[in-house]
Amino acid sequence: MKGGPASCLKKYRIIRGISKPFMLSSKIFSELISNKGFNFYAGVPCSLLSGLIRILDDDPQTPYYPAVREDAAVGLCAGAYLAGKRPVLLMQNSGLGYCLNAFTSLNLIYRIPALVVMSWRGEGGKDAPEHIIMGEINQKLLQTIGMEYSVISADNYEASLDKALQKINDGLPYTLLVGKGFFDEGH
Amino acid sequence: MKGTDAFKEIIPLLTDEPVIHANGFICRESFNLKDREGNFYMIGSMGLASSIGLGVALSRPDQKTIIMDGDGNVLMSMGTLAMIGAAAPRNLLHIVIDNEVYESTGRQGTLSNSVALEEVAKSVGYTHTKRVTEKEQIKPAFQELIGREGPSFLLIKVEPSFDKATGRVHHTPEEITSRFMKSLR
Repeated sequence: MKGGPASCLKKYRIIRGISKPFMLSSKIFSELISNKGFNFYAGVPCSLLSGLIRILDDDPQTPYYPAVREDAAVGLCAGAYLAGKRPVLLMQNSGLGYCLNAFTSLNLIYRIPALVVMSWRGEGGKDAPEHIIMGEINQKLLQTIGMEYSVISADNYEASLDKALQKINDGLPYTLLVGKGFFDEGH
Repeated sequence: MKGTDAFKEIIPLLTDEPVIHANGFICRESFNLKDREGNFYMIGSMGLASSIGLGVALSRPDQKTIIMDGDGNVLMSMGTLAMIGAAAPRNLLHIVIDNEVYESTGRQGTLSNSVALEEVAKSVGYTHTKRVTEKEQIKPAFQELIGREGPSFLLIKVEPSFDKATGRVHHTPEEITSRFMKSLR
């Protein structure tokens, strides 16, 4: 679509200057994934995703369902997929442990895909104590269970999303790991 | 009433509804009595039948959707009852076969002998809830609840009856996914 997310982004980068830390507008990202056909959103909030969740929640075109825990959001997304939707799961990496059984005994063996947008607390060992261990091991955990992922950045997030779509079309979940400051947080 | 008897009462009442089955004896019993393409059998992921059923019901508001759950599963994901109460899909019927034990692992007790799960469902916003203890009550309770605007909750108290010789679901997980999705189109 002309004048859509990509062109907005170019303008945004020119205005802000690429030498400054890159920050993607949550609005642009929500439009990007919505344009790719994702139409069901569930999760447990993280401050790093707060702007994105607010935008999704405010727009009736992108229904967002709050879950009580991350594995319940996995189930919700799985049901939505089975009924013909394209689901997105939003969560903090602290919820990854809760999801391991669901990913391994549901999504991966039944071939039920989802786009997982997972915030990366504890990246580089700089965060509150409760985030340090998971921040260090979240990629290893994803690798161990055989769930593919990308750490998204200014340079690769569009390519990462394309790769995610490929995997999802093959029936597999895919995770976009999002570090602090990637999205504008809006809170 | 034995758990098997509850299934024998419910199965003939099903028409085209997608039915999401909890793992363990729930899916094995149902599969062995009558396999259906619209049955989603969970072989793992204990506790998630309810959230999967909610996802189906929200995504297909035109389609009556049934969750066939167990007491151990409901207790594991009690928070999901709150999600169902809050999202309030009118087309959802949540049936719980409550035998008060983890049956397929050797009948260790759950907590449902002292926790009235239908009261939990009621307090989190299910519109209609019923508890039945006799076989003869199942058909009228099912017909009443399936005909009303949900989310509804039918608790069926049973005695453990699962025979370990009861076979496992023999479809592969991938087959379960594809035939279930086909049946929903």
